[in-house]
Amino acid sequence: MKSFDWVSFFCTGLTGLATLLILAILAVILGNIAMHGWPAISWRFVSGGTESDMFDVTKAGIFPMIFGTSARVILMTIFVIPVGVVTAVYLTEYAHTTSPITRVIRGAVNNLAGVPSIVFGLFGLGFFIGFVGGGMDALFYPDNPRPLWGKAALIWASMTLAVMTLPVVIVATEEALRAIPLGLREASLALGATKLQTIVKIVLPNALPGIMTGGILAVSRAAGEVAPILFTGAAYFMADLPKSLTDQFMDLGYHVFVLSTQSPNIDKTRPILYGTVLVLVALTFALNFVAILIRARIRRHLRAVHG
Amino acid sequence: MAEHLTPTIRVAAGLRQGGDAASAAATPLIRIENLSLYYGRAKALSNITLSIPERLVTAFIGPSGCGKSTLLRCLNRMNDLIDNVRIEGRVAIHGHDLYDAKTDVIELRKRVGMVFQKSNPFPKSIYENIAYGLRLRGMRDRRMLDETVERSLRQAALWDEVKDRLHASALGLSGGQQQRVCIARAIAIQPEILLMDEPASALDPLATARIEDLILDLKKEFTIVIVTHNMQQAARISDSTAFFYLGELIEFDATRRLFTNPARKQTEDYVTGRFG
Amino acid sequence: MGLERGYRARPGEWIAEKLIFLVSLTAMVMIFLIFVFVTREALPILLGRMSSAATLETAVIPPSQMDSLSSEALRQYLGLTPAEFAGKDRETLELLMELKQEIAAEAPEDKDATVNTAAWRYLLFPYQWTGYDHPVYIWQPVSAIHKYNIVPLIVGSLKTTLVALLFAVPLALAAALYVSQLASPRLKEWIKPAIELLAGIPSVVLGFFGLIVMATFLQNVFGYASRLNALVAGIALGLAALPVIFSIAEDALTSVPRTYTEAALALGSSRWQAAWQIVLPAAVPGVFAAVALGFGRAIGETMVVLMASGNASILSWSLFDSTRTITATIAAELAETVFGGHHYRILFLLGAVLFAVTFLANLAGDLVIQRLKKRLEGKRS
Repeated sequence: MKSFDWVSFFCTGLTGLATLLILAILAVILGNIAMHGWPAISWRFVSGGTESDMFDVTKAGIFPMIFGTSARVILMTIFVIPVGVVTAVYLTEYAHTTSPITRVIRGAVNNLAGVPSIVFGLFGLGFFIGFVGGGMDALFYPDNPRPLWGKAALIWASMTLAVMTLPVVIVATEEALRAIPLGLREASLALGATKLQTIVKIVLPNALPGIMTGGILAVSRAAGEVAPILFTGAAYFMADLPKSLTDQFMDLGYHVFVLSTQSPNIDKTRPILYGTVLVLVALTFALNFVAILIRARIRRHLRAVHG
Repeated sequence: MAEHLTPTIRVAAGLRQGGDAASAAATPLIRIENLSLYYGRAKALSNITLSIPERLVTAFIGPSGCGKSTLLRCLNRMNDLIDNVRIEGRVAIHGHDLYDAKTDVIELRKRVGMVFQKSNPFPKSIYENIAYGLRLRGMRDRRMLDETVERSLRQAALWDEVKDRLHASALGLSGGQQQRVCIARAIAIQPEILLMDEPASALDPLATARIEDLILDLKKEFTIVIVTHNMQQAARISDSTAFFYLGELIEFDATRRLFTNPARKQTEDYVTGRFG
Repeated sequence: MGLERGYRARPGEWIAEKLIFLVSLTAMVMIFLIFVFVTREALPILLGRMSSAATLETAVIPPSQMDSLSSEALRQYLGLTPAEFAGKDRETLELLMELKQEIAAEAPEDKDATVNTAAWRYLLFPYQWTGYDHPVYIWQPVSAIHKYNIVPLIVGSLKTTLVALLFAVPLALAAALYVSQLASPRLKEWIKPAIELLAGIPSVVLGFFGLIVMATFLQNVFGYASRLNALVAGIALGLAALPVIFSIAEDALTSVPRTYTEAALALGSSRWQAAWQIVLPAAVPGVFAAVALGFGRAIGETMVVLMASGNASILSWSLFDSTRTITATIAAELAETVFGGHHYRILFLLGAVLFAVTFLANLAGDLVIQRLKKRLEGKRS
């Protein structure tokens, strides 16, 4: 009989311990936020505005930030979903897997996913605000001394985020498209459907859950991002809600930054800081949770289809 | 389309009265000439020449990997979907080369229906499955759709089983029923030719028997080409049979003769079960 | 018989296919545009065409006399391009004039005022500024003489990234090995989503946690002087990079064919020995890729370091000194720069450097992963 293998036991335990440590850190972060954040949550806090002073614990509300964050992610979704889905359709339905252009597109998607968020901020400033917005101002309002489009605005922040989350949507949609059995496409084509008809009537309707997952993941990623919107649209303080696409907006994540670093008295403002963090985390987690559930279902389906 | 076909049908029907033995020589609807097919560099079909007669059942048999399914998929150009496939030679229906640059593949596939090995109903209702091809052809009229769906389901011997739940999902049906939905779907758009790629291989014996009865019934109206690995099935339902081995056509003859008195040793070995 | 309508008879199909192809180029075009627009703003600096040196030859005009100048003269006086000039309102122009006046007032007293601090030599090499007794690396873009040495920022970025990787890589790899090879499938179903959840925490929240909770805790443990420093920022940053490293490494380890493990187990190995001696070596490129992509994630992260690093641009390799990274510098300073000015352009230059570094890290990671997948799949079939 073999003697007990102490080395294996010890090493397995060590890796298990590392895993446990990660989970413990996660638990500590979430527990800390929930514990300190929960008492700060009240109806007034989440529905109130910031007319007087956003550092005033008794009066401050974060509704403008919730509104601003929601507005920018919804707009972003409108920009990113069509482009992302069409790209995924091209990659899975049309492209030859080995052709150079396919490889370049895939490489670009992978690389886009790795571009630092602050670089997206610079890009948004240089391209969307300076080039596109500035160009529109010069073209349509040459006599107007104040820039209308060529300044930080809701629309530019949303577009910047759309570029950033494009890979998320592409990858999720591709996965969903690949989960659809080849047999369905063949059945449709054998009935004399064109490729486009097959995609529109059979492939995309069946990929809807996956496309939704992509959208939700993109939203949850974008909802918490601050760096890309620092120069492209987030406002430190605004008395009113944004009324048009060219207005700036207040933002939950940016507000967390402001409250953590600009507060006149961090100990006094701590409750609203924790409250804001809790709302932000709850929002992104709820979205993530839904996405993970849908994706797990798709993956099960994928395994069932491809064995 | 129907008026184009009338003369040919009459000729074919006339010839068929000449008897079973003449079937292989009857006016060919599909002519395959010197067809070779390559996946990349690998040769999957080699120099096939074959004529498929009208309104009869032609079976392709042979051990797996012999190229019978690949050849079937040449007849409605489903091989186009695979990258790296190269085809030499000629396949013609009514004398029209399918691989001619001017051929409209979409139109071709409306004329040549297909039933697959693994039943693949769309995740839609039974009704919508049948109506899919009709809608593609621009049929919008509700009454006409209803009528055609009913007729197709009756032809596929499925109407009585599903008439009360036409709008339930097709995925809720049994395997045999699903396959018959696929057959009904294929014949709803009234193709001339029906290709069947081992349509009963995943079914139990009872469901298989029903599909076989159905095929015998359908040949009154359609030219059927069926791929099967089941020799008894080929013997039961087909009029002529082609035996393939390693991408080559070994023998093609009237079914009865091929099974009772094969001309080639390889065929004899295969049909008598003495095959590796 | 009507089979001959041909593909060209379906123009809709053809147009749709071309449109789909064009849209699918978006990701590629965006990468290209990011490169173009970030480097475009940095180009004058890159080419050495921009000067921050005070120009003494023109006479200083006080802002009160602004209206006496024609707009063209005013534009030239401020050294703006017509497009830039058009984009500025009166207040900004007045401010620019004041700025110019201030610079002129301070400049003559300092020999450094005539130095073009935006030139390469001053960006990369130490220089003995007035009042210093030896050449130094300084990033100090605020006073009269803008000192733009980027070395402290690069060191700051590398330092925090190094801490982040030292913290995250061992943990993530151990967890990846455990989850992919050693844990029971049921446990795995729970752990994986949990670590994915960690990836879902916004970086501004990790920054907040580092700043508010971890900084105090670590200071109590280690007893160093500066509450916010490279250690705090690095660990918080490690939490951001950890899920990236974990998921890629886990993926690579899982993609090693099960037959490897089974063969080892059949020969009498323990699960640990099979994982350590057979699976891990087969997946080494994947592990490398995980670290490369984790590096890219860490060095490009902004909010965590902006909030938890203390942001003092001192050149120091000590982990306990307050430190400042490239990303945090861009985030903190860009809003206060003059659009198109040298400070603005140098921040874009930093962005371009960052883009290039992460691009290379990601490219290396992706190439390695692709090769690994190809190799393992080749062996499987």
